[in-house]
Amino acid sequence: MKARVYVTLKTGILDPQGKAIEGALKSLGIEGIASVRQGKVFDIEIAPTADRAGTEKLLAAAADKLLANTVIENYRVEIL
Amino acid sequence: MNAAVIVFPGSNRERDVAFALELVSGRKPALVWHADTQLPPGTDLVVLPGGFSYGDYLRCGAIAARAAIMEAVRAHAARGGLVLGICNGFQILCEAGLLPGVLMRNKDRRFACKVAHLKVERTDTPFTRAYAPGQVIAIPCAHGEGNYIADRKTLEKIEGNGLVAFRYCSAAGEVGPAFNHNGSTNSIAGIFSPKLNVLGMMPHPENHVDARLGPTDGRGLFAGLVDALVKAA
Repeated sequence: MKARVYVTLKTGILDPQGKAIEGALKSLGIEGIASVRQGKVFDIEIAPTADRAGTEKLLAAAADKLLANTVIENYRVEIL
Repeated sequence: MNAAVIVFPGSNRERDVAFALELVSGRKPALVWHADTQLPPGTDLVVLPGGFSYGDYLRCGAIAARAAIMEAVRAHAARGGLVLGICNGFQILCEAGLLPGVLMRNKDRRFACKVAHLKVERTDTPFTRAYAPGQVIAIPCAHGEGNYIADRKTLEKIEGNGLVAFRYCSAAGEVGPAFNHNGSTNSIAGIFSPKLNVLGMMPHPENHVDARLGPTDGRGLFAGLVDALVKAA
């Protein structure tokens, strides 16, 4: 089983990196982009013995304990 | 003073802080490897030094905050033991949940390598007792992620309980956006835990302790700790 965890900044948290990317896109002449916010994607391979319910729990624990800092970030788990 | 300086892969200020501790206290601190599970017996001060632990992978301090030694550091703090986190050490304390909030990328996206003026907010703590109330000290900064952020409720608690240790300010002590070089909320440069036994700060007091190298405004922090520990003994 494969899974993907998306980590994104919460609304209202300043994202200087996203702002820099936004500026770079503008300077490339790519028009029509209102704003950019940068996040992270983790591609995770699950051990073959795991079931779906267990995997969901496992990934939530992984995101809560390490992958995301929930003070500033949200996460979303997708089992592929 | 029995100090222990924790060394993570990628720490790079452990020798600077060990130098400062020895200079002021006369005793060499223990250097403790991150994979150890215990602090040396009788440790009364733990220092998490600056650097780039784990190459700042994932988030600054995130992986170091989950290192084996951190359980012992947490227990030490819970007993009321003194913990000082400088720069990356502050980031580690926040990631470990020993201090609230988080340190984000500097507002201007530049690495801040400069001497900052800090206003000492209170002097009734083991860390700041050698300073005068409202004293302005000049302390070097070297960080890319020092922009302190916390949610509104947390900030209210920090401000309401007087847990701000230092604020960025002008040489004359004026606090405002012009002197808040990294964009930190309320110009916060350092904060205490509610029991005042844990301090996290971005600037490097250990780099301003030796008169041969320049100003010595950082000395007071270590002198205060020595004094506090001698009086407690």
